[in-house]
Parts: sequence; C-alpha cells; structure tokens
Amino acid sequence: MNLTLLIIVPFLTAIAVLFCKGLKQVRTVSLAGAAVQLALVVFLLIAYWQQHTSGGSQFLFESNVMWFKPLNINYHVGIDGISLAMITLTALVVLAGTLVSWSTEKLSKEFFFLLALLSMGAYGFFISLDLFTMFFFLEVAVVPKFLLIGIWGSGKKEYSAMKLALMLMAGSALVFVGLAGIYFQANSFDVIQIAGMHIPLSVQKTFFPFAFIGFGIFTALFPFHTWVPDGHSSAPTAASMFLAGISMKLGGYGCLRVATYLMPDAAHSYAWIIILLATIAIIYGAFATMMQTDLKYINAYSSVSHCGFVLLGIGMLTKTSVNGAVLQMVSHGLMTALFFAAIGMIYSRTHTRQIAQLGGLLKVTPFISTVFTIAGLCSLGLPGFSGFVAEMTVFMGSWQNPDAWYRFATILACASIVVTAVYILRATGRSIMGPLNASYNQLTDASWNEKLAAGVLITGIVIMGVAPFLITKLIAPSTDVIMNKVLTMVK
Amino acid sequence: MKERVRLMNYQQYLLPVLLLPLACFLLLGLFGKKHLKNASGVIGTASMFAVTIISVLVAGRYFFADGKVDGVYQHLIAYKYNWLAFSPTLSIDMGAIVDPISMMMIVVVSFISLMVHIFSLGYMKGEERFTTYYAYLSLFTFSMLGLVLSSNIFQMYIFWELVGVSSFLLIGFYYNKPSAVVASKKAFMVTRFADFGFLIGILVLSFYGGTLDFNALIQRLTAPQSGEFVSITTASFLGISMLTWGLCLVFVGGAGKSAMFPLHIWLPDAMEGPTPVSALIHAATMVVAGVYLVARLFPVFAIDVPALQIVTWVGAISALVAAIIACTQTDIKRVLAYSTMSQIGYMMFALGISRYGGENGLGYTASLFHLFTHAFFKSLLFLGAGVIIHFVHSNDLKDMGGLRKLMPVTHIAFLVACLAIAGVPPFAGFFSKEEILTASFHSNKIIYAIALFTAVLTAFYMFRLYFSIFWRKEATVHGTHNADGTASMKIPLIVLMICSVGAGLVPITKMVTSDGVPLETHMDVLFSLVPIVLVLFAIFFAARMYKKENGSAGKMAVAFGSFYKAATKKFYVDEIYLFITRKVIFNLIGRPAAWIDRNIIDAFVNGVAATTARISGLIKGLQSGKVQTYALYFFSGIAGLAVLFIYLWK
Repeated sequence: MNLTLLIIVPFLTAIAVLFCKGLKQVRTVSLAGAAVQLALVVFLLIAYWQQHTSGGSQFLFESNVMWFKPLNINYHVGIDGISLAMITLTALVVLAGTLVSWSTEKLSKEFFFLLALLSMGAYGFFISLDLFTMFFFLEVAVVPKFLLIGIWGSGKKEYSAMKLALMLMAGSALVFVGLAGIYFQANSFDVIQIAGMHIPLSVQKTFFPFAFIGFGIFTALFPFHTWVPDGHSSAPTAASMFLAGISMKLGGYGCLRVATYLMPDAAHSYAWIIILLATIAIIYGAFATMMQTDLKYINAYSSVSHCGFVLLGIGMLTKTSVNGAVLQMVSHGLMTALFFAAIGMIYSRTHTRQIAQLGGLLKVTPFISTVFTIAGLCSLGLPGFSGFVAEMTVFMGSWQNPDAWYRFATILACASIVVTAVYILRATGRSIMGPLNASYNQLTDASWNEKLAAGVLITGIVIMGVAPFLITKLIAPSTDVIMNKVLTMVK
Repeated sequence: MKERVRLMNYQQYLLPVLLLPLACFLLLGLFGKKHLKNASGVIGTASMFAVTIISVLVAGRYFFADGKVDGVYQHLIAYKYNWLAFSPTLSIDMGAIVDPISMMMIVVVSFISLMVHIFSLGYMKGEERFTTYYAYLSLFTFSMLGLVLSSNIFQMYIFWELVGVSSFLLIGFYYNKPSAVVASKKAFMVTRFADFGFLIGILVLSFYGGTLDFNALIQRLTAPQSGEFVSITTASFLGISMLTWGLCLVFVGGAGKSAMFPLHIWLPDAMEGPTPVSALIHAATMVVAGVYLVARLFPVFAIDVPALQIVTWVGAISALVAAIIACTQTDIKRVLAYSTMSQIGYMMFALGISRYGGENGLGYTASLFHLFTHAFFKSLLFLGAGVIIHFVHSNDLKDMGGLRKLMPVTHIAFLVACLAIAGVPPFAGFFSKEEILTASFHSNKIIYAIALFTAVLTAFYMFRLYFSIFWRKEATVHGTHNADGTASMKIPLIVLMICSVGAGLVPITKMVTSDGVPLETHMDVLFSLVPIVLVLFAIFFAARMYKKENGSAGKMAVAFGSFYKAATKKFYVDEIYLFITRKVIFNLIGRPAAWIDRNIIDAFVNGVAATTARISGLIKGLQSGKVQTYALYFFSGIAGLAVLFIYLWK
C-alpha cells in the first residue's frame, strides 16, 4: 500500500473544501475525507499485520524518492508498529473532531480546511523516515493551530494563540538545531541510515537536549508546558481535540523516534533529567489540576500530568516502560479528545465551563454525562479503559529500572493516581452529579453526530482497555527494535 | 503447595459465572433504559439465579467430589489467557483459580447477590433508575466474582478497582443528593489511596518474585532456597526487608477496602447508598476483599512475622474501636456499618495470629469461617434494616420503637441475626467466633482479651439496636398492613434467616485450611462457656437499658463523660482527615502548585516573550505585534546560533 495516500487524502479534502458552498457541503466533504482516512488506516492495519507476521523488516510500505539532492533530502516514508498506532489514533481523532464541529457556522470553509491541513501534517510526520521531511510536516501541523485558536477560539484567544504559536515555534527551532546537528555528523537525514551509524558521544550530548527539549515542548515537558492550559482553553472544541489528541503526540513520538533512537548514549546520560522533569510534571500537573475550576483547564492541566507518563516511560529506558510510553500516547490521545468533546458538548448547551455553575447534568443530558464520566474514569486509570493499561505498563516498566532513585520517581508517579482520582471525582461530582441547576431544565441531549463522535473514541478506548494484547502485539516488536539498539549501544 | 494445570470439564462453567453478570450489565446498561424498563429486574435476577446454581454446583463438586488429591485440596487453574505481557516473565493473565477459598467465596458472593437481587425487586420498585440500578448490581457481581477467582495478582488489582468503581456508582446512586455524592467520592478516594499502596506492593513483590502469578509467586517466595526468596529477604529499605515492605504495602490496599482503622472512614458514609447495596457490597462481599487478599497470599505472610503482626494489630484495633463507636451511634445503618468494621477486624486479626499448616493454621480457618457466617447474618441485618427504613422513612433509632407487632417477619429475622452476630449458640456466629477465640487464646493473650471484650460489646450494641427498634415504646408509626414489605422482600429475609441459623454447621474447618489438609477441631465446653456467659450478660444488660425507656441509657452516657462524647464523634478521625486534606494538601500543595504555575513559570515565559519583543522593537524600531514576525526573529536567531555552534564544533 502506498503511504503517500495518507497525505493525499487530507490534502484533497482540504482542496475540495475550498470549492464547496455552504456549511452542508463543507462538512459532508470533510466527513467523507475523514471516513476515507479511517478506512485507509483500517486497511493499513490489516495489511501491516499480514506482512509483519510473515516476517517483514522493521519498516514496512517504504518508499524513497529524492527530494533535494544537494542536501541529501529524501521523501522517505515507511511505518512500523509505533507509527501505525499513532496513525490510527490520528484517524480516529480526526473523524471525531470533524463530527463534533458539525455546526460550525463561522467561516466554516476555512475551519474545515485548516483541520484537514492539520491532519495532513500529522500523518506526514508519523510516516516520515527522513528527518527533514518530518520537520517539514511538523511545521505544517503548527501553523493551522494558531489560526484555529485565533479565529474560532474563545476567551483571551489572541493571547493564547500567540503564546502557543511562539512556544511551539521555539520548540521547532530547537528541534531544527538538533536535526541539523545530527545531519552534519551523519551527512544524512535518513532515520534508518543514521540509526545504523554511531554518532560520537560528545555530539550526541550536545544535540540531544535540543531535539529532546524541542519535541518535549510539544508534549508539555515541564517547565515548557504553559502553552497547554491557555492554548487548550481558548481553542474551539475540535482544535482542542486535535491539539491534545494529536499534536502533543508529535512531540512524544519525536522524543522517542528522533532523540532517543538516534542518540541513545545521550539519552542514557540525560535520563535522570528527563525522569526528574517528567516526575515533576506528573505530580505538579496533578496538583495544579486539583485547583482548577474551569473544565477545560482541568483537562489541560491533567494533560500535562498524563503526558508526563510518556516522558517518564521514555526516560526510564526499559523495553516495558517505552512500550508504556507509546501506549500512553495512544491512550491519552483518545481519552483527552473524548474529554474535550464532552466538555464542548456541555459548553455549547450551558455556555459555561465553570464547575461551580454546573450540576446534576446527568438528569437532563444522560448521554453527554455518561461520556464525560467515561472520559473521567479513563483518565483516572480505571481498568477496562485504555488509561489503565498504559499507566500500569509505564509503572511496571519504570520499576524494572533498578536505580533506587528512579524507584522514588516511580512511586511519586504512582501517587498521581490518587490525586487524579481527586480532581476527576471533584469535576464529575460537581458538574454531573448533585442537584440540577434549574436553568438547565430544558437542555437537549447529544445529537447524532455528537453520539457518533463519542462512540468512535469510546470504541478505541474500550478496545485498548479490554484487549490490550492487540495493541501491544502491534507496538512491542517495534519498540523492541528501538530498545535493542538503545541498550546495546550503551557502553 | 502443588499446582496442577488441568482443564476439568466442570470447571469450564466458571466462565459463564463471570460472563453472565457482565453480559447482563452490558445488556441493561446499553439497551435497558429504552427497551427493558420493567423487565430489567427480572433479567438481572434470573441471570444471578443461574450464576448461583452454577457456583454452588462447581464448588460442591470441588469440595465433595474431586478437589482433593491424597486428602489435600488442590490449587487448580481452570483457564488462563495472556492478557497483557509487560515483559517475557511478567504478564497479566486472566485466569480462574480453583481452590478452597475461591470456591467458598463464589458461593457466598453469588448467593448474597442473588438475595439482594430478589430483595431489590420489591425495595427499589418504582425507582426512576431501576434499570441502571440492576445494571450496576450486575457490574458489581461480575467484578467481585472476578476478584475472588483471580489467579494473578494484577488480575486481582484490576477487579479490585472495578469493585471500587461499582461501589462508587452505587453509593452515589441517588446522585441528586449532595450527601450521597460526597460519600461516594470519599469512598472512592480513600480506597484509591489504599490501592496506591497495593500497587507499589505489587511492584515490589513482582520485581523480586519475577512473576505476577499467585501460585508461582507464593511458591518462589516461600521456598527458602530459591533465589527469589533470598533476594527479597536480603534487600532492605530503612532496615526493613523488602518482603515485609511488599506485604505491608499490599496489606494497605486490603485495609482500605476492608475499612480497617485508620482507613475506615469511608464505610459509615457509604451507607448513603440504597440499603440492599449496603447489604451486598458494604457488609457481605466487597469489604471482606481485604481479608480475602491476605488469605490468598497467606503462605507468604506466614513466613514474615512482622507483616503478620501488623495485620494482627490493625485488625484488633479496628475490631475494638469500631465496637466502641457502634455503641454510641443512633443511625441504624451506621451502627451496622461499625459492626461490619468490627467483625472484619475480627477476621483480620484471626489471620494475623495464624501460622501456616496444621493446628497452627486454626486462625486462618476460623477467619474464613467467620467471613462465611458473617456474610449471611450481616446481609440479613442490612436487609432487615432496609425493610424497617422502607416503612419508617427514617434511619434514626428515635423514630423507631415497638415495631415487633407491625412487622413480625422482619422482627424474627432481625432477632435471629442479632443472636447470630452476638455469638449465642447454636446460631452461626457462635461457631466461627468460638474458633477465633480459641485460636487467639493459644497465640496471644492480649489479643484474646480484646477479642473477648469486643464480643461482649458486640452483643451489647446489637441488642441495644434490637430493643430500640422493636421494643422500647409503642409504635409511633401506625400500622398500615404489610409493613414487612412485598413477598420479594420477605423471601430473602426468610432464606437468610435459615442460613444464619444453619451456616455454622457447614464444615468449613474441614474444607478451608491454610495448607489444604482438613482440620479436626474439637469444642472445649468449659472454654466456650466464658464467652457465652459474658455475651448473655451483655444481652441482659442491653435489655435492662433499652427494652423500656427508663433513662438508664442517658445515665450511662453521662457516666462515661468525655469518652462517650469522643466515641459519638467517632474519635475525631474524620476531622483529622479533613484537616490533612483540606488544610494541608489543598492549601500547602495544591494551591501553591496552581499559583506557581500561573505566577512564576508562566510569568517567566511571558517575560521572555515580552523581552524578546522589546529587544526586537529596539533593534528594528518597530513592534509589529504579528506572530509571523516574532517567529521569524526567533527562528532566524536560533538558526544562526545553530550554525555558529556547528561551526565552532568542527
């Protein structure tokens, strides 16, 4: 199968949207595009599974075309289990995001155009095996976010949009320095080629921080996470879903695929810093969440905490923990998108996100309330949902790292399950349960598109939570390849 | 401890035992509201009936036909699926363990659940969320059965969390009531905190044991020559061996779920849930999960005396403290809640004083025997309380009195249950309590004294309850007919009443022992006489004080002075927790974290941006305010730096 289709389909969707007239046409085209993407991904999953079990190489469906000869830049794409998991996540979130934006009246054409562009950037990023191409798609994914927040956002949207764009640009710039460092050493942008070389330790040590922090900013690395609360809370629902569900995963994926995979020795030397920052993010994010009163801020800060697990898993550098990091990326992507979708549904009806002003919604909007509760339960790591599987894998993997200090980090990270329960129950107890606020008597429950959006995401969450062996079988062989290199290269 | 993996025909039926309640939950949860409104109770009850029949058949076959090999009960694995592989050695396998305790538990859980299902048909009739209620009951039953059948410690953790969430959903069933919401949150958070300990305990034990499988874990950690045993006992932290750490941390989880002091504060509040739910979850099944957990890992606990000692003392203190508090409460359900805590404390210290194998394992057997009998009479007490509350529309003892003529069935049932829990022969509680007393007498005299005193207090407060409800004064609520409730409410009461009389005769000592070898116990009449006389005296005393309103109760309260006041206030444990969470954690950690984020870290970021803008303004003499421009500067600056860097490097 040709992976380029994953870029072409969103691109064509974006173009087609520009020629549409009126909201109805626009959203139909967008939905069709998203559905085709999901179909492609399902097809890809089956094809990958068949080829992989019949003993394929590390990356499948590769294609390599020369792009810019003088700098040795290629359009080189291919996928392994990790990128496939990310692509699946993207397809699900794109479909759900399109569905919840069903009645975007304001500048609908531009809105859906940007969403399509963003998904194109994400797909391109995940399938790239060439660092430059990867960087190119990373930028494609950044710019639409600025506009989505700045134009369709709420609250102090200009400030938030600017802040988010600047911080992510800064992240990109750091990433670029890191990539350039690798390039000048290896004289290649090709991931597979570079992985086969050994970059001198001193070079690794210089450029690893650039790459890791740069990508880390995308995934809310403490203390560069402050764009997250503002960005998320000002963004329109679908943009929040894309931002937290997909964009933040670009960073985690980059940290693993580029920084750790290509510069394993430096990853080892800096592991303690990564673990320290990740642990702070987990605990501090959780406590900060506890004090929030706005539903979107709650979910945004909780994302800081949950993304900390991704970085913790990577920093611990055991096979299990890295598996856990990938699982957590997928799980958090689905869960947080569902959470934002539910918050969006509540907000569009009550016009407030303050938990103190809500209450008893279960009575009038049982479907939305149930969705909200499911997202909450997934967030606090209830078995049966994806969060549990991912977090437990991270904990289990982290504990396998025999360093005594890292054990403390693991224990602190585990402690967050208590704090998470506190803030989730607080939010649920105040907004979903309790006496009904009389002014909400007339609220209507979810419409078909909202139900479908929630259904898509919940299906993903439940499949991963009930049958985790499906997804671990997909990603574990690929993380094994990465970790075998990381673990053997250490002297 | 031999393990034999074989798939015997009849054990396959354990799969429907698990899947029927799950299917029922999904059916009622997804489609119930629209399509099955009134049928949902019947569907739930019917599936539960089938589950109970299968459980009894499988357990009966195990105990009486082919569970024993050479006179020893075997640990069998009925099935096993690899669910999540962490690493080649550590994986979560979903399986079903077949051994004496799991078989005993599936009978108890499914039977009590069936009774509660039947009872609720009448009790919850007309409830707006009737279907949801039955869906939650099914979810709980599924989780609890999964918990007791777990063959893997992580599998148990999974179901452990699931029973926690079903308990949360059911406590908060009346979600419009703020007190119910608070209670459900409290229950979840306290047990979550305990589960944090459980989780770390699992990490510790599995790291050294190299497996998550119960049988393998027990085998490796109890074999003194094994590498795993040596490494876990030699490794230590703060001078305490990792084995003790691991076991104690796991026990924290058990103590949380079983409402042991000082993690008991959620249980009395959990009474906000519908009363049949209290009977099922917060009296007979879920709250004994902690006891079950210790019993499951008992061979490992038995080689680690410090851990066992902690179990003993936590159990004993809980038993005593709860009994004292129960004497002072005026809410019928709260009295029963503290009584539950006290009885579980009983089971817990019985495990703590026990050792592995033979006569030394009497405490283990006695503990599980008590778990067995307690399930019947305590659920009977709660269901009886349900009938009373249904009729009186109040939980408070002062609104009750003289009800014996109005509700004869409930009256007799409640009396039987009180006699059973007080330990009057020949009711069920007598036999199990008697064995706990024997075991404690032979191992620790202080514990024996506490146990005896608690038994006396138990008799006192239970009959205080009984006389206050059914005698004391003429009924204030005047008799409509049928105060006993519908037939569906009477039947479970009668069935459980029969069980509360007869459960003591089930030869648990011959079936459930620490090493699987049936135990011969003999009753020493003279020894049993002491508790019997004391208990009868306590009942007599309660009758004098509460059978007629005569002010003697008030005088007693005055005589105990501030101690009485402290006991009514539950020894201020709740206040201490509130202080720690509200004042310390919220104000000293949460608030500063949120503040720092906005005012220091974010301010720094904004400061950097502002400075950059100002500098660029100075340099370029213009401040466009456009993000593209800023980005361009930023970008080109960094790129320039990078080039410089690389140049210098080479």
